[in-house]
Amino acid sequence: MPRLSAEGRHAVAFTLNGRAVDGVAEPRMLLSDFLRHVIGATGTHVGCEHGVCGACTVEVDGMLTRACLTLAVQVEGSAIRTVEGLAPAPDRLSVLQAAFRRHHALQCGFCTAGILMSLDAFLKATPRPDEAAVRDLLSGHLCRCTGYTPIVRAALEAAAELSATQEETAHA
Amino acid sequence: MLDVPQQDGWIGRAVERVEDAALLTGRGRFMDDLGTRPGTLHMAILRSPHAHADILGVDCATAGALPGVEAVLTGADIARLTTSLVVGVKAPVSCWPMAVERVRYVGEPVALVVARDRYVAEDALDLIEVRYATRAAVVDPLAAMDDGAPLLHDGFPRNTASDRSFRYGDPEGAFAAAARRVSIAVHYPRNSCTPIETYGLVAEYDPGEDAYDVLANFQGPFSIHAVISRALKVPGNRLRLRTPPDSGGSFGVKQGIFPYIVLAAVAARVAGRPVKWIEDRLEHLMASVSATNRATTLTAAVSADGRVSALDWDQVEDCGAHLRAPEPATLYRMHGNLTGAYDIAHVSVRNRVVVTNKCPTGLNRGFGGPQVYFALERLMQRIAVELGLDPLEVIRRNLVPAASFPYRTAPGALLDSGDYAGTLEAGIAEGGLAALLARRDAARAEGRLYGIGYAAAVEPSVSNMGYIATVLTPAERRKAGPKNGAQATATVSIDPVGSVSVHVASVPQGQGHRTVLSQVVADAFGLTPGEIRVNTEMDTAKDAWSIASGNYSSRFAAAVAGAAQIAAGRLAGRLARIAASQLNVPPDEVVFAGGKLSARSNPANALAFSRVAALSHWSPAQLPDGLAPTIRETAFWTPPELTAADEEDHINSSLCHGFIFDYCGIEVDRDTGEIRIDRYVTAHDCGTILHPGMVDGQIRGGFAHALGAALLEEYAYGPDGSFLTGTFADYLLPTATEVPDPVIIHTQTPSPFTPLGAKGVGEGNCMSTPACLANAVADALGVADIRLPLVPSGVAALIQGEERAAPPDAKPRGGAPKAAGAKGEKLMRGEGAAQVRAAPEAIWAMLLDPKTLEAIIPGAHGVEKISDTHFRADVTLGIGPVKGRYRAEVTLSDLDPPRAVTLGGKVEGNLGFGGGQGRITLTPDGRGGTEVAYVYEAFVGGKVASIGGRLLDGAAKVIIGQFFAALARRAGGAAGTTPRPGLLARLLSLFSRTPKEGGR
Ligand code: FES
Ligand code: FES
Repeated sequence: MPRLSAEGRHAVAFTLNGRAVDGVAEPRMLLSDFLRHVIGATGTHVGCEHGVCGACTVEVDGMLTRACLTLAVQVEGSAIRTVEGLAPAPDRLSVLQAAFRRHHALQCGFCTAGILMSLDAFLKATPRPDEAAVRDLLSGHLCRCTGYTPIVRAALEAAAELSATQEETAHA
Repeated sequence: MLDVPQQDGWIGRAVERVEDAALLTGRGRFMDDLGTRPGTLHMAILRSPHAHADILGVDCATAGALPGVEAVLTGADIARLTTSLVVGVKAPVSCWPMAVERVRYVGEPVALVVARDRYVAEDALDLIEVRYATRAAVVDPLAAMDDGAPLLHDGFPRNTASDRSFRYGDPEGAFAAAARRVSIAVHYPRNSCTPIETYGLVAEYDPGEDAYDVLANFQGPFSIHAVISRALKVPGNRLRLRTPPDSGGSFGVKQGIFPYIVLAAVAARVAGRPVKWIEDRLEHLMASVSATNRATTLTAAVSADGRVSALDWDQVEDCGAHLRAPEPATLYRMHGNLTGAYDIAHVSVRNRVVVTNKCPTGLNRGFGGPQVYFALERLMQRIAVELGLDPLEVIRRNLVPAASFPYRTAPGALLDSGDYAGTLEAGIAEGGLAALLARRDAARAEGRLYGIGYAAAVEPSVSNMGYIATVLTPAERRKAGPKNGAQATATVSIDPVGSVSVHVASVPQGQGHRTVLSQVVADAFGLTPGEIRVNTEMDTAKDAWSIASGNYSSRFAAAVAGAAQIAAGRLAGRLARIAASQLNVPPDEVVFAGGKLSARSNPANALAFSRVAALSHWSPAQLPDGLAPTIRETAFWTPPELTAADEEDHINSSLCHGFIFDYCGIEVDRDTGEIRIDRYVTAHDCGTILHPGMVDGQIRGGFAHALGAALLEEYAYGPDGSFLTGTFADYLLPTATEVPDPVIIHTQTPSPFTPLGAKGVGEGNCMSTPACLANAVADALGVADIRLPLVPSGVAALIQGEERAAPPDAKPRGGAPKAAGAKGEKLMRGEGAAQVRAAPEAIWAMLLDPKTLEAIIPGAHGVEKISDTHFRADVTLGIGPVKGRYRAEVTLSDLDPPRAVTLGGKVEGNLGFGGGQGRITLTPDGRGGTEVAYVYEAFVGGKVASIGGRLLDGAAKVIIGQFFAALARRAGGAAGTTPRPGLLARLLSLFSRTPKEGGR
């Protein structure tokens, strides 16, 4: 990693949800600020800036990452996924997003982006989770509105739906 | 009459929310998602590290000279450019949004910077020099009233802002006649609902019109609009206050943004450019707003069979350092409901409001209810215990009878409707109480600690704007003029193609108001919710609103949705007349259904809704004679039942009253004190349910908040007023693994006082659940004095008795124990050793040399030698997320060259202060090197202390470890240091991630 000058501003380029993006950042700029205010991807939210609430969770090269604990200059050349990249088309919702809507798994929706990112990755790795596993995963996120149960239900239903379609594909 | 078929209507159905698609795909439009005008500046706020101190001087010169900084303002500037915020009682006291001459709580704004960006603004904060002379602080509300307690405001003798007594019925007679008196003293802690989105705003000033334009994620009540415009010295029509489309939760808390609106508005005026501010989480926890903590003594006059005839309330409300609008509303919101769900004819009350050196208080979900019901429902449990009765029986015997509604409580609330006994029995039967009782028996037979708790509560909603005036005497009220009502507004508009829009001033913060309104209005017109477009953004310059507007006291379903129905109903009535003239039927024969207006007797005789609806635009001449156009209708609705307080201080503080009956089974781990909730049942009657999914969402969300308040959350302060819970690692919120799914049971008794029969539902569990859980713990442990939050260490102490303090001379054990736990002073102790390859004499010389010290003190720049044993240094330290500059004074004492020395230090900076002592001993290791051993004890206060013990202990070790590592290096070869293992790892795991490797 090259040494960066604290005073200077540096070009940062990466792919965001499959599209190339770039901008200029001071070395101290957080990835959350860079995504939101330089790139304009405001779907990722900031709730604490100290790594506890999970609202800022994004995927960097396949790894779940707190954008508030990452510097923008660290993601040079990476592939980043955010909540804006989850839906299959602008007017459609993913299976997980649709389950959230059916189960009222969001109220204000401020925590939701981070939770969706974590669950999206989790359901890929754990296709048939039980409730305890889902709750355990969610314990890395804070939601003040829902009391969590609707989120758990949405996740379990999405998991069932996703693995059913996968089985169908496998049998086809 | 219009015929709107209820059976296939949209009200009452759990339709999917219109809000969700945008929120789920990252297209929400929250405060910080909206762009700003070019040239917008960013504000950062310097805050007091002291709980109580005089400001001797503020030097902003260096900060103001930093490139990118446009303005620096202090309290003196704010006092010059604004007038004080109104104070809720009559007293010669002012309330500024920034400290003027004196700070009164940790986190109080002391100066602000506006700069090119937030990073630069925060850099400039570091350069502001503030000199303080500290004063003694007081944090306990009861101690604040003592003789000689430190006084916060000269206009509040004994720190008491208000002291009123009330008497309803004949309490003295009832107490004299009663068989028993049962009494309880409780302390309700401070906590807050901490929405995940913090405060945010953009403010702008137009000097040409002397007018302010503010966009803020404020939630109402819009009575605060008058408070802000008054402070800014402009009439209301020169303060345009707008809200963004989406808000990331509030639960009352975002009412508290208003002092920052004043600050940013003034900053925008001085800078001549728009100013934006987004609060950070540390600021939010330390200094946004909190619920009140309250000390209550409650006594009941009771018959032998548990019937309560009178209550005597003595409440001491702690509003923090300033009595900020709308306080002392928390204390009076429940005034009409001091008898809870019970039929109690005689009540006496003493209400005192005190100020202490803590963050000022304000709206928070439940607003006064948690404090009242914790006392009342704990008392009902104590009555059962003391009289040897079943607690459930005591509740049953005292409930307001179903036949007596509307029921007037002794202090004046008019309970609109309900069947309390019926809801209670439904809860018992459907929730499985019998099975729970059997489980308790079985657990106890095995020697386990299992308890069952109950709580009954009346949940008030739709506040009477007049209740706050109950803090004034009748004579003062006469002078101030009557205050009452709860004006709700809604506007329904029809455009030239006949499509329908709705606007309300309800400012939702995630409750789905847009969805519910689309259901209500769809039903009025025979349309589908998808055809109705609802806007809930607020703009005081353009919208219909009143001081009662906003999102609080659960007023949406009961009041605002009803106002929308009234507005839509009026338009529908006029549309029916237009259609009637074309269909040749009387207006009451016109049916709205399926997007058509048709004749009841002949459905084929029909007109498209859009055609009739657009007529007022296209050909007003065709309107039937005397009929007003159907383009736009605004309804204002206020219930006549909400009258002003009378001469005897009776007050109908709220319009609607839902009922809640909760019970739960919990088990306490005998060794750890941990509480496991076995089952939680909550039975609600919130009148007519408009959207079942959202009602359950409100109940679950309120339950989770209440669970946090009962088991985890407290805004903790040290005895010196330092704030101890300033991160989410210290102020713990419940997560998915701690919140069980409550069993929810519904009954529905419509309110006769609201258009739709609905009552509020979002706050009830915040009132009932903490008391219910506490009663269960009391039942499990057989103890009377239950304090929230019921953290494991406290519960373990209830089981095993308080842990004995260690003898004063005891050597600290490993891991640097905290001296007095989370609530005591923030003390840190530690010890360690380092191997250095140099003789003791060489090391000794280094410790006394400023050049060496500068090189080895972490973050030091400029060490100045005052005398041989006194040094002064500037240091920059980052602890967790808090990085700042400090001035350090270091003294050496007990010199025993070259064997031992005591290093004493004091540091002070904008982010906090601290001090400590360390004894360093140098022992030759026999191989030409030295073992340097150290023991230290240190304390910290201010913002740094607020980041909490978990981090501080670790950070202190890291910093001290760095000092000795540097000493070892400098002495010509590190042989390694041995600070306590584990802490560094813990710290790093909390606050950082391993950077991604390589890639460039
Ligand atoms: S904002 Fe990143 S974890 Fe809270
Ligand atoms: S939906 Fe509001 S914080 Fe989770």
